Amino acid sequence: MTRVIVNMPATATRGEVIEIRTLAGHEMETGFRRTQTGELVPRNIITRFTCSYNGVEVFRADLHPAVAANPLLSFSTVATESGTLEFRWTGDRDFNVSHSAAITVV
Amino acid sequence: MTTTRRQFVLLALGALATGAEAQLAPNLAALRKAALEDAVRKVTGGAPLRAGRVKLNLPPLIENGNSVPLTVAVESPMTDTDHVRAIHVFTEKNPQPNVIAAWLGPRAGRAQLSTRARIADTGAVIAVAQMSDGSFWSDRVEVVVTLSACLEDGLI
Repeated sequence: MTRVIVNMPATATRGEVIEIRTLAGHEMETGFRRTQTGELVPRNIITRFTCSYNGVEVFRADLHPAVAANPLLSFSTVATESGTLEFRWTGDRDFNVSHSAAITVV
Repeated sequence: MTTTRRQFVLLALGALATGAEAQLAPNLAALRKAALEDAVRKVTGGAPLRAGRVKLNLPPLIENGNSVPLTVAVESPMTDTDHVRAIHVFTEKNPQPNVIAAWLGPRAGRAQLSTRARIADTGAVIAVAQMSDGSFWSDRVEVVVTLSACLEDGLI
């Protein structure tokens, strides 16, 4: 099971810009490296990250092999209403991990 | 069998010619530059890139190219009518120029993105932002990498 960490405030005032930091445990194998016998190590990376706020997509990113291992993404969103934020990482070899976090907006 | 002088000269010339070809054929620097320009053109669709509004922040001297923290911040009010639609980051010397492409909108509140990249070699890093009015703005930073990413297997 892949470990993911999401760091964001649990409560916010309406209209506040909150910062969300996410980290996913993944080697992000580039597909450009070779083994000692000269064979290419096949690519195995996370290709897409999405963040939905109460079902509406607010942030999306396409990742390429040039993103470091254990990809960190830090972005922001406006706290509009109480609810849940859903984070999803998808990638090579049917990689699919999601995480959700609740937010209370006062 | 003894080698005549004529045979030797021909052989030497042949060896020189193949040696020179082996060095010249893969002009990696030019290929990578073309790949970078291609990748940027794919994003902009040929629209002009203007300097300004985008601030790409990363250390100018990188000790370890395997994990380079970088932040892209774009000056924008982030309203429904005037916001940043996408942020793209490219590198000049990597085997593949794309690093990350992120789509945001007025709900982001602030046009800022941080991540960690792999940078293969000393060269330029470029950030491009697409605004809601269709214009493209960019920032370019030259970095020096002392320990490059994927060095242990020789740069491909």
